[in-house]
Amino acid sequence: MRIGVVTFPGTLDDRDAQRAVRLAGATAVPLWHADKDLHDVDAVILPGGFSFGDYLRCGAIAAQAPVMETIIDAANGGLPVLGICNGFQILVEANLLPGGLIRNEHQHFICRDQKLIVENVDTAWTNQFTLGQEITIPLKNGEGGYIAKDETLKELEGEGLIAFRYSEVNPNGSFNNIAGLRNVKGNVVGLMPHPEHAVEPGFGPDTDKAMRSGVDGLNFFTSVLNWMVKA
Amino acid sequence: MPKIIVEVMPKADLLDPAGKAVANALQRKGHSEITNVRIGKRIELHYAEAPTPKQIEEAKEIAANFLSNGVIEDVVSVSVEEL
Repeated sequence: MRIGVVTFPGTLDDRDAQRAVRLAGATAVPLWHADKDLHDVDAVILPGGFSFGDYLRCGAIAAQAPVMETIIDAANGGLPVLGICNGFQILVEANLLPGGLIRNEHQHFICRDQKLIVENVDTAWTNQFTLGQEITIPLKNGEGGYIAKDETLKELEGEGLIAFRYSEVNPNGSFNNIAGLRNVKGNVVGLMPHPEHAVEPGFGPDTDKAMRSGVDGLNFFTSVLNWMVKA
Repeated sequence: MPKIIVEVMPKADLLDPAGKAVANALQRKGHSEITNVRIGKRIELHYAEAPTPKQIEEAKEIAANFLSNGVIEDVVSVSVEEL
């Protein structure tokens, strides 16, 4: 199983995403923004960072990159795509997910271990969770406030397209506590927090059992393997 | 050089943190007559020749679909400047 991880100029978390893919038992394939070829991957991750310096708007220039032309077509055809943080912003700018992400309501960059509620498990990237499960993964962003028009929010709520909601604390003023979304087919998921930073004991968030032992993020990557076996 | 000037503003009902910070600074300097500040973007597209009507239409499309995001911003104007 080959999972592509795209690197744009200014991407930061591509190596962490590749590592998460390997820890889940798949092969990580580095993809380059200027190369349209997806090199026969079975899924794609758009990792976090500050692609193109966040110029114009976060994710806006990356959404126009040559590799994205192929990814948009493939995603519409059912290829599993996960957008993390800046990757979520890219998915929104590429119109693969609706709405927009703006500066955090309190105007500060935030970095914390964030509790989330899993709102949907019928996707390529969340099927190893249980519905309503509370998970903890790191969150780190300055522009993570999710907004959308009223009719879009109604559709997201009505159609079950919200994948994750913030629990206990809404860290950035996101509408309806939205932390992540899925598309109708369930192959595309985007979220602001970082599952790839919670995949290995010793390097994840603190848990009740031990410091830095949280590995809730690993299920994202095992989910896509499970999805492809079934497909 | 002929230019097309695109002006983009954050939507009126959205918080504009940069504008708010500047407004607060102006208040501190005693400019109580200024009630609000909003900060947008001016983007210049440069052309070798005066843009044709078709190119102007294309610029409007670029402004709507790439230079702005309709969820959070409005294109206030797309104008041709020939100097």
